Amino acid sequence: MAETITLSVARYRPEIEPEPAFQDYRVPYRKDWVVLDALNYIKDNLDGSLSFRWSCRMGVCGSCGMMVNGTPKLTCAAFLSDYLPGPIRVEPLQYFPVVRDLVVDISDFLRKLHKVKPWIEREEEKPLAEGEYRQTPEQLDRYKQFSMCINCLLCYAACPIYGLEGSFVGPAAIALAQRYNLDSRDQGSRDRMETLSEQGGMWECTFVGECTKVCPKKVDPAGAIQQYKVATATQWFKSLLMPWGSK
Amino acid sequence: MTGQNRHTPYHPRWYRRRVSVWWWLQSWPYAKFVLRELTSLFVAYYALVTLWKLRALAAGPQAYAGFLERMRSPLLIVLNSVALIFVLFHSITWFNLAPKAMVVRLAGRRLPDWAVQSANYLAWAIVSGVIVWVLRRG
Amino acid sequence: MRKGITPLLWALFSAGGTVAALFYPIHLFLTGVAFPLGWVNPPRHETVLHWLRQPLFKIYFFVLISLPLFHWAHRFRYTLYDGLQIKHLTVLIVVLCYGSALLGTCLAAYTLWSIH
Ligand code: SF4
Ligand code: FES
Repeated sequence: MAETITLSVARYRPEIEPEPAFQDYRVPYRKDWVVLDALNYIKDNLDGSLSFRWSCRMGVCGSCGMMVNGTPKLTCAAFLSDYLPGPIRVEPLQYFPVVRDLVVDISDFLRKLHKVKPWIEREEEKPLAEGEYRQTPEQLDRYKQFSMCINCLLCYAACPIYGLEGSFVGPAAIALAQRYNLDSRDQGSRDRMETLSEQGGMWECTFVGECTKVCPKKVDPAGAIQQYKVATATQWFKSLLMPWGSK
Repeated sequence: MTGQNRHTPYHPRWYRRRVSVWWWLQSWPYAKFVLRELTSLFVAYYALVTLWKLRALAAGPQAYAGFLERMRSPLLIVLNSVALIFVLFHSITWFNLAPKAMVVRLAGRRLPDWAVQSANYLAWAIVSGVIVWVLRRG
Repeated sequence: MRKGITPLLWALFSAGGTVAALFYPIHLFLTGVAFPLGWVNPPRHETVLHWLRQPLFKIYFFVLISLPLFHWAHRFRYTLYDGLQIKHLTVLIVVLCYGSALLGTCLAAYTLWSIH
């Protein structure tokens, strides 16, 4: 089968070029191939110097996110057949500094994620003898959606506010904060609310809503942030009306 | 930041792109977002028209007639029609996004988005109906 | 715990957005299009005055003007930030936006108060 498709791939080799440039590759077109398969074909057969990240090939590890024709996508879930007849433009995730070719540096995100304490915070741990923290299916249901995040950062690459405002904590991290806030075992919501009320927190968000559209796991970070704003505003009025009863 | 320091193996030189001032023309969803945000201008415009109308009313029958006369100018009719389109766009986007911010739980389960949206649209219809009714009743 | 009034401004933005979404299209259609084109007869002066003497209508019109103005102030402030990338002018923008909304609110209150 002589059918082929062209991939226009952004190359950036800091020791060679001062800024990224596109390089075209012709790869065989196969109906069951995803963009990641095509990239691996390039790496194995055409140009071993091409750098990109991937691992699971099944939408779980979250490492293969790239811009495909200008939209953030998991390349292991982006079928070539959806981009016929090509060429397909493949670029590193937008708004992140590019290390090389399709590899971006995500340490900014990791730093911000840590700030929101994405773990169960307890004022006091229950003694072991009392057993585990139990949860009803209903309690689980409250935060389950937000716990599906795989840190693929497609939502960051979709968020113009993250691009414009470097201090913005960003969609996934706020959704994860909300994931723990809504967990019946957690007691750290006050802490997180304070962190996210600061500059760079939830109020930077203007509900563009693109993060939710690109999320491969239906986490709905945009919803999480708006719900967080509602909760924070409610708290604000409560503490205004009942300054003594600060819970 | 690029171009200034040379690449060496132990000091990698990352490439950072500045976001263009025209970022909102980059894609249709971004443009739609900016249009949605700009509806606020027309909301403010109508708030001012209402204020103007109230001041005319307070000033007496003649001023009120003057106000109605001014609204009949073709220029204002065109402006008002444009404003109406934007305000409608505001209403629709507002109601469609409402369920994202407002989580309604009934019997332990989250109400689906369409239910919250329908409730909003229903309220919109009722409000508009009541306003027309009050006006008709005189 | 909650420093600053951002949550309040956001609450005003939301309330104003809801008021505008529910009430503005029909009002704008009537006042801006249907009355001028003669599709519907505008209410007479005495009628409206009669309405506006009732506290309920006063409150209604006050809300109808004030909250959407704050909605505009908040939304437009961020449009200026993001659209034009002029965040360094924060103080000026904040004073202009919320200041105008406050001014409009006071004017509305004064006007409604003076009608009896
Ligand atoms: S919220 Fe969705 S898009 Fe964002 S990092 Fe998590 S899984 Fe990826
Ligand atoms: S390779 Fe793991 S998510 Fe795509």
